[in-house]
Amino acid sequence: MIGNDRRLDRRLAMRILLDKRDDLLVVTGLGSTTWDAAAAGDDPRNFYLWGAMGSAAMIGLGLALAQTQRRVLVITGDGEMLMGLGGLATIGIRRPANLAIAVFDNGRYGETGMQASHTEAGVDLVAIARACGIKETFDITDELGVRDFAARAHKSATTLFARLMIRADEPPRVLPPRDGVHLKNRFRRAIGLESS
Amino acid sequence: MSGRAAALPVSDWRDEIFAVLKQARIAQVGYVPDAGHARLIDLVRADPEIDAIPLTTEEEGIALAAGAWLGGQRAALLMQSSGVGNCVNMLSLAKNCRFPLVMLVTMRGEWGEFNPWQVPMGTKTAAALELMDVMVYRVEHTEAAAETVAAAIDIAYNSDLAVAVLLAQRLIGAKRWTK
Repeated sequence: MIGNDRRLDRRLAMRILLDKRDDLLVVTGLGSTTWDAAAAGDDPRNFYLWGAMGSAAMIGLGLALAQTQRRVLVITGDGEMLMGLGGLATIGIRRPANLAIAVFDNGRYGETGMQASHTEAGVDLVAIARACGIKETFDITDELGVRDFAARAHKSATTLFARLMIRADEPPRVLPPRDGVHLKNRFRRAIGLESS
Repeated sequence: MSGRAAALPVSDWRDEIFAVLKQARIAQVGYVPDAGHARLIDLVRADPEIDAIPLTTEEEGIALAAGAWLGGQRAALLMQSSGVGNCVNMLSLAKNCRFPLVMLVTMRGEWGEFNPWQVPMGTKTAAALELMDVMVYRVEHTEAAAETVAAAIDIAYNSDLAVAVLLAQRLIGAKRWTK
C-alpha cells in the first residue's frame, strides 16, 4: 500500500491468489487481470482471455462443472464482469463448490484509457452477486483478506465471489501467449487431456 | 421428467435429437427457454448425466461450452434464431481458440411467422453465423433432424469447429397466437 490509499496493489493481490496454487485452474479476463497473472508467472493451467469480454465467469462455470475434482478460480476486472452480469445469475442458480470468482475492482476500464466504470459510480458487484444467489461473498480491502480468500478458494463448499478493492494504476504490461489454440491445447495437456 | 415431455409420443424428432446428444456424450447443455426446444429442454433437464444450464443470454453458452471443453466435457447449446444475434462477438472465442461448438437453433421469422419483430434476425440468422465462420446446417424435415445433429457434433468435435443446426420454423410449426 502507498500512503493513505487503502486499496490493494493489483500485482501483489494476484501473487497472493496464485501463491501455493496447487492444482488450481485459472481463467483471467480480458485486460489487466491477464497481464497480472502473466506477471505472477506463466502457467499452462492459466487460460488467459485476450478478448470475448464478459465471458470469464461463464468459462469458469463450464470448466468447474467439467473438472469437479479440481478448483477453478476466475480472476477478472470490474468492466469485464459488468459486461457479463447475466452470467452471475446463471452461476448463482448452479453454484458449483469448486468455483471461485475474484473481481479486481478499480472502477476503471484500464485498456481503453482508464475511463470510469459503473462501479466507480456506485454499482455494487458484491450486492449483485448476493442477489444472484451466491451466498459466500467477500469484500476485500487488504492483504489479509486476499490471503483468507485464496485459502477458502481451495476448500469451499459452494461458489465464492470476492470483490477486491484495487488501486487504479497501470503497472507495466506483461504479456502471456496470445494464440488461443496454443492456450487451449496447453491447458488441456496440463490437466491430462488430449491437446485436440 | 415433466408431464409435458411425457405427454408427447416417444417417436418425436426431438427425442431422436436427445438420443443423439446422449450417444455423443454431451455432458453440458446450455439453453435459453424456447417453445421450439421445449421438449428437448425437458428431456435434457430430466437426465441425471447431463448438466442442463439455463442461460440469461445466449452468448453465455459460448463461454460455457468453451469452459466445458477446457475441462474435457462436450457441450451443446439450444437457442432460438433471435439469440444468434446475441452471440456474434462471443463467437470470436470459439474461432480464435478453435473450440468445438454445437448450436441447435430453432428458427423464427420465416414459415408462417405472425410476429414481425422476429423477422429481421430470423432472416439473417444463417448469414450472421456464416459471418463468424460458423458452419450452418439446415433441417427442413423431421426425418433429417437426428442425423444432421449427429453430423454436426461429429464435425465439431473431430475437427474443432463451430457448427450450427438451424431447425426450420416449418419443421417446428408456426407459433399459435390465438387459442
